[in-house]
Amino acid sequence: MTTAEIREEIIDILENIAPDEDLGGLKDDVSFREQLSLDSMDFLDIVMELRKRWRVQVPEEDYQNLRSMTSTVTYLEPKMRDLKRA
Amino acid sequence: MYDTIIIGGGLSGLAAGIRLAMYDRRVCILERHTTIGGLNSYYWLGGRLYDVGLHAVTNYRPKGTKRGPLARVLRQLRISWDELHLSEQLGSLVSFPGVQLEFSNDLALLESQVASKFPRQIDGFRRMVASLKDYEELDLTSSGPSAREMLASYLDDPLLVDMLLCPLLYYGSARERDMDWCQFQIMFRSIYCDGLSRPAEGIKIILKTLTRKYKSLGGELRLRSGVQRLITAGDRVTGVVLEDGTVLEASQVMSSAGWFETAQMCDPPLPCKTDEAGQLTFVESITMLDRQPRDFDFHKTIVFYNDSDRFDWKKPDGLVDLRSGGISAPNNFAYDEPLAEGAVRVTSLANFDRWRELPVDEYRRQKQICYEAMVAAAVRHVPNFRPYAKATDVFTPTTIRRFTSHANGAVYGSPQKRYDGRTPLKNLFLCGSDQGFVGIIGAMVSGLSMANAHCLSELAKTDVQPVVPS
Repeated sequence: MTTAEIREEIIDILENIAPDEDLGGLKDDVSFREQLSLDSMDFLDIVMELRKRWRVQVPEEDYQNLRSMTSTVTYLEPKMRDLKRA
Repeated sequence: MYDTIIIGGGLSGLAAGIRLAMYDRRVCILERHTTIGGLNSYYWLGGRLYDVGLHAVTNYRPKGTKRGPLARVLRQLRISWDELHLSEQLGSLVSFPGVQLEFSNDLALLESQVASKFPRQIDGFRRMVASLKDYEELDLTSSGPSAREMLASYLDDPLLVDMLLCPLLYYGSARERDMDWCQFQIMFRSIYCDGLSRPAEGIKIILKTLTRKYKSLGGELRLRSGVQRLITAGDRVTGVVLEDGTVLEASQVMSSAGWFETAQMCDPPLPCKTDEAGQLTFVESITMLDRQPRDFDFHKTIVFYNDSDRFDWKKPDGLVDLRSGGISAPNNFAYDEPLAEGAVRVTSLANFDRWRELPVDEYRRQKQICYEAMVAAAVRHVPNFRPYAKATDVFTPTTIRRFTSHANGAVYGSPQKRYDGRTPLKNLFLCGSDQGFVGIIGAMVSGLSMANAHCLSELAKTDVQPVVPS
């Protein structure tokens, strides 16, 4: 997966978590917490979705990397670059 | 073999089930009755649909709200705001001897009422409101101080304290006379700051939405499957035995049956004092009307009344305590279309033991006497609806006992909450009213947060299983 594809995948997960949210104007450098009021339960969902969809594991000490879109994509790139989207 | 067995197909069990099924846990909800819902359910009588628990859904927030319990429920269960079909209340009232306080879904109304009716208390009231913590900031690890003690540091008029507490105690306190301060903060926000709402179709639409979601995720729901006992080995539960003798094994059990009730179900029973079972329960009378309440000038959504000098929130000695009550008009919400029929429901404190002792004929007779007395007490505070009655029903603490399995028919469960949901058995957890959250939204928050805390958070730490080539 390219970084653009990883970003799309994260957008898809966020759409799932917050179905009433318009993600069109999401700013990649601003934290999810600030823009979408995501809390620890929502971050658990991002972790669980990555696990369910891509078998990607995010250890607890790495949760901080899921702060914003930019940091998330940067963190996930080495874990997901060899994965292929169906 | 299931990953998780959930005891009880009410709002908390369904919410927990959705969370677990969402992440491919093999989960089974066991419901003793033929319908789901537990405390918040519905029944058909004479061709009419009656709600059991629901007066109003608290925690109302408009569409698009990102914070608070309603937003949390929608996100975590992946339900859109529109699916709950919530319509706001028209306005409610706390009616005490000689003084009334109106409130709505805008705290400013209550504040202005306090300012005009209790001018000496308004500064303290404002300081108290400013001190309230956000839902997310509350420390729910212990029950903490009493709400009355904390309120006394802001307000020195006991009448105002009683009036503010009355709706909150009615909608969620398992503790006599008082409630935990952290519960008070949650309830104050839920009722006075967020506010009241209701789906036009009642609780059924919410239960159907949850059930559909749960089943679409692969969750299994077994009706008529009461749990006879929990099988334990050392400090773990290994499975359950159903009333028909079926044995089901599970790695984990989550019970919404109540702490006292769950402890009794374990074999051998877990140590639990009888005073850990709740005592507070209700009688509710329902009057179906041949017109809408507004046709005879009944516009309030809920009226909480009290007729005595002090508001006494405790188990009554007699069958029912008519000195206070909650009068609810399900029609008085801002629906797009008016409901087909008018209705008024009156709820008052009751004594489970007194109802249970009654022989069958006397039970029926007392229900009728109680109905008349409750309506007579209510119409001192709301327009007289008696002439318009076309059907009535009453449910009692024994009815509540039957549908919730709570000891004593305790509506809000045990007075001592177990906020972390843990029990002496390492893989047995609680959700629902005895975990600590009450109300429609609160019950769902309880289920989903216990599923997160005791299953999904742990699961997230385990190693991902490699893909097995097919």
